[in-house]
Amino acid sequence: MCLAIPGKVVAIEGESELRMARVDFGGVTREACLAYVPEAQIGDYVLVHVGFAIATVDEQAAQEALALFAEVGALEDLGEESANLRKEDS
Amino acid sequence: MRHLDEYRDPAAVRVVLRQIEATAQRPWTIMEVCGGQTHSILKFGLDELLPANIQLIHGPGCPVCVTPLEQIDRALAIASRPGVILCSFGDMLRVPGSTGDLLSAKARGADVRIVYSPLDALKIASREPDRQVVFFAVGFETTAPANAMAVQCAARQGVRNFSVLMAHVLVPPALEALLSDPECVIQGLLAPGHVCVVTGYRSYEPLAARYHVPIVVTGFEPLDLLRGVLAAVRQLERGEARVENQYERVARADGNPAARAVLDEVFAVSDRKWRGIGEIPASGYVLAPAYAAFDAERIFGLEQIAVEEPRECLSGLVLQGRIRPTECPQFGTRCTPEHPLGATMVSSEGACAAYFHYGRTAQAAAGGR
Repeated sequence: MCLAIPGKVVAIEGESELRMARVDFGGVTREACLAYVPEAQIGDYVLVHVGFAIATVDEQAAQEALALFAEVGALEDLGEESANLRKEDS
Repeated sequence: MRHLDEYRDPAAVRVVLRQIEATAQRPWTIMEVCGGQTHSILKFGLDELLPANIQLIHGPGCPVCVTPLEQIDRALAIASRPGVILCSFGDMLRVPGSTGDLLSAKARGADVRIVYSPLDALKIASREPDRQVVFFAVGFETTAPANAMAVQCAARQGVRNFSVLMAHVLVPPALEALLSDPECVIQGLLAPGHVCVVTGYRSYEPLAARYHVPIVVTGFEPLDLLRGVLAAVRQLERGEARVENQYERVARADGNPAARAVLDEVFAVSDRKWRGIGEIPASGYVLAPAYAAFDAERIFGLEQIAVEEPRECLSGLVLQGRIRPTECPQFGTRCTPEHPLGATMVSSEGACAAYFHYGRTAQAAAGGR
């Protein structure tokens, strides 16, 4: 029930009582209420739950977290490679 | 899909698994609180990928599962009244009350409709002013802002034929109930990421300190969940017990201020009964006095209902992480998604449903982990 899905704001409709948006979820577009994310603009990714955006996705935080794992993975691969090289040398 | 597929990357998942293996020197028991997390763990087989010294146990974070039998019975009673349209999220329809479920009430002629959003229920009320439209407002803090907004809009637009049957529950008081139990085996907690998106995570800090348990705000994708486990294991190995955020792309310390403001206006905190667990102080929401006109229980004058849970259903123990679904003698035999004894077998977040759906049978459990 707490399922929430990230989607991209492609249009903002109706600035009157409730700010509503069209949000694209990988090709499927649905309406979502933006009342709780007043900062959201077209092009932003928002997290949508039961028709309401409850957060904008922080792109920088997302990239930093992913970069950390890519870096650790690359370091591990390097470690394995140098271990293999050492094995070949000996 | 962006912000989803990256967190299902097998290479990144392997990196975190290796880090968990290298970090975990001792056995640890960690509870993921949210039923959505439980489903992801079983769907992606994370329980089978983790090293054997890390045990995940499943928490009470399924609002459909903890909605008390009485409230289902009240929904059934309201749905059977003439002129009523009862709107609900699809998850609630197959949850057994003491005399049946909403789906069978619909089959008998009650006007029960599934809605995607509470705003859809409000639209139905505006379109059909001669009918009473009741929305079954179930959920944790994640869903509460949407339901509160529907009530606030109804008040603002003067929609008088709209009301809500409240069954809202709150996570921190339930965690306190679990952690304060002398038999509690939980050593670390993965806090529900989407609840924290709304409320923030400062309210978890007293729990971490009081019960000396690391609490990691965690998302729902495989990489998110394993990052949560890794952070919890790191803290446990170092003897630390802090609140830590591993869902930083959407969860912030203070949550969503706009949503919290609407919750404070429309709802008030109250004691609430949890199905299978019992009464937990200050663990639910009711409508604030200013919005009492939208309270379905008041409008329909429902009397107190006293019902007993079916004895053979052990969902209360499952919801508290005391037993795994496969340890229930009824699992997969007398209790199946087609003929459920309890809500945990039919909710899309119920642990029993996850074990059944992803093939964790009693035989498989005996043969494996």
